[in-house]
Amino acid sequence: MALKPAQKALGPIRRSFAPWLDPSAVPLIRFENIVKRFGDFTAVDDVSLDIHQREFFSLLGPSGCGKTTLMRMLAGFEHPTSGRITLAGEDLAGVPPYRRPVNMMFQSYALFPHMTVEQNVAFGLKQDGLPKPEIAARVAEMLRLVKLEPFAKRKPHQLSGGQRQRVALARSIAKRPKVLLLDEPLGALDKKLREETQFELMDLQMELGLTFLIVTHDQEEAMTVSDRIGVMNHGKLVQVATPGEIYEQPNCRYVADFIGNINLIEGVVESAGGGEVRVTGEDTPGAFVCAAEAGPAPGSKVALAVRPEKMRVSLDAPPADANNVLQGEVWDLAYMGDWTVLLIKIDGSEKVLRVSRANMTRTEARPIAWDDRVHVWFAPDAAVLLTS
Amino acid sequence: MTKGLSKINLTALTFGFAFLYLPIVLLVIYSFNASRLVTVWGGFSTKWYVELWNNQQLIDAALRSVQVGLVSATVATVLGTMAAIVLVRMGRFPGRTLFSGMIYAPLVMPDIITGLSMLLLFVAMDLSRGMFTLMLAHITFSMCYVAIVVQSRLLTFDRSLEEAALDLGCPPAKTFFVVTLPIILPAVISGWMLAFSLSIDDAVISQFATGPGASTLPIEIFSAVRRGVSPQMNAVCTILIAIVTTGVIIASIATKRAEVARMREERAAMAGR
Repeated sequence: MALKPAQKALGPIRRSFAPWLDPSAVPLIRFENIVKRFGDFTAVDDVSLDIHQREFFSLLGPSGCGKTTLMRMLAGFEHPTSGRITLAGEDLAGVPPYRRPVNMMFQSYALFPHMTVEQNVAFGLKQDGLPKPEIAARVAEMLRLVKLEPFAKRKPHQLSGGQRQRVALARSIAKRPKVLLLDEPLGALDKKLREETQFELMDLQMELGLTFLIVTHDQEEAMTVSDRIGVMNHGKLVQVATPGEIYEQPNCRYVADFIGNINLIEGVVESAGGGEVRVTGEDTPGAFVCAAEAGPAPGSKVALAVRPEKMRVSLDAPPADANNVLQGEVWDLAYMGDWTVLLIKIDGSEKVLRVSRANMTRTEARPIAWDDRVHVWFAPDAAVLLTS
Repeated sequence: MTKGLSKINLTALTFGFAFLYLPIVLLVIYSFNASRLVTVWGGFSTKWYVELWNNQQLIDAALRSVQVGLVSATVATVLGTMAAIVLVRMGRFPGRTLFSGMIYAPLVMPDIITGLSMLLLFVAMDLSRGMFTLMLAHITFSMCYVAIVVQSRLLTFDRSLEEAALDLGCPPAKTFFVVTLPIILPAVISGWMLAFSLSIDDAVISQFATGPGASTLPIEIFSAVRRGVSPQMNAVCTILIAIVTTGVIIASIATKRAEVARMREERAAMAGR
């Protein structure tokens, strides 16, 4: 993903923001043991989550995992079967959607087709009974923010997809809500526009100091925009962490597999201790070693999760002190420009590992090709030990 | 269409249209007949139109028809829209299937039964029959048509539009009037027009529901024809046909134009202009 050239160094702003690490910080939104059932179906299953002011939080998961339901409960369109949602300390139970200080940007944009861009943006402000000049000023400001001034008098059907999306955004932030909810906001846009918009969203969030809660099934999108990500599956919140932690420290097979590509080597713990866990492979022959502080008891079933880019591959034998060495044959490879992805079938098993190599030079004397016999290895600290 | 018509298509077309329009064309032609005898052509004349102009009874009946049509179509539209909303929006409630089935029943109910049952009800309630009972009867039978037209529009209505309005701070009742109603308005209007034309057209149910001094145009025509077909009736019908045709043509041109303009604008927007 191409980062947009920044106008200024963003390090100081982004680096210092981590209120979830501060035990004295009071979260803006609290979901407390939320359960939501539709008939026999449990859409949200005992979810507790704190979201802090000015945070850009993503709920990530496949469709039907309950992420949208959780968001709709915050907006007031659904009511929890049990549990409590508070916003800035106030219990939201019994507060109708039209009295909640949150605004939502809908997946379908839900622009009012019979109103112009201007009227759409002004709609929420009018409901607050603001004086006309103030509404006009605020609408103009919003349209400038999303660069839609020339389109103020158009109706939604006279706009392109990207423009509609920006109207929807302008409409939902016009009231300066405490929290902005975004339901798959970029799903309908093409890739290039989506990337541009992601950065626009991040700029906007910083500029306005709003709290964003975004629902998405697109992990790349979640990784790019979020301060923290909550991964959901079957109504449960599986892991809540920063994008880096989610990627490098997944806490279970599901998260590891859902985010990016990963190789899972199933095995049994042989011994643990001294900062190391030794694992005997089950689906992959061999003895593996993984760096871990406290390992599970010997005999327990575990998986070693290794990202493709953290595996090394070579035609020549690895250095003598290399750990976790496997031999195999190149089944397939894909040249992606910056990366080459190799699928390597490991000898004596059905296992096919995915290994990616950065193309750091323009040419190679002997590039790895199909059917080559190769060595694959990874460092002990490249693997994450997963127990669930 | 560039493809020519084959012989069989041409024949089918001719017969089809002849079947549909020959009676109407004959009626129009004979309304300009100078002869008093309906089936004998006696030269061109507009005298029946002049006579019609002086027929106060018929003009009164026509005005009454319009009046009944306007009132009953409007009330039926309000009630029918409400029924449609309940059926689409209230989710599942006990008896919902029964209710939605019952909405369709009056469509297939023979007019004669509807008319008779109305008459019995009015008699039982001791309502003196006249304009009021006539309107009640028309509201009753046209309401379900409105409900069906509006219902089918509401089924495809994007609920997130209403949610967006609520989300932006608009209370539910206001949301209905500023968001839902304007968007479904075309369906509501066509429901109204359907109700109006049903009301203008109805003779059978009206016969039962009306009383002395409150006969509508179809009733007048009906009883006039029973006394012997007068070319005057041909003239009335020709005028009605002219009004309906003009209305339909204007409406379809307007719809077509709006559609074309909308498509052009959409294409322009997608092209990034």
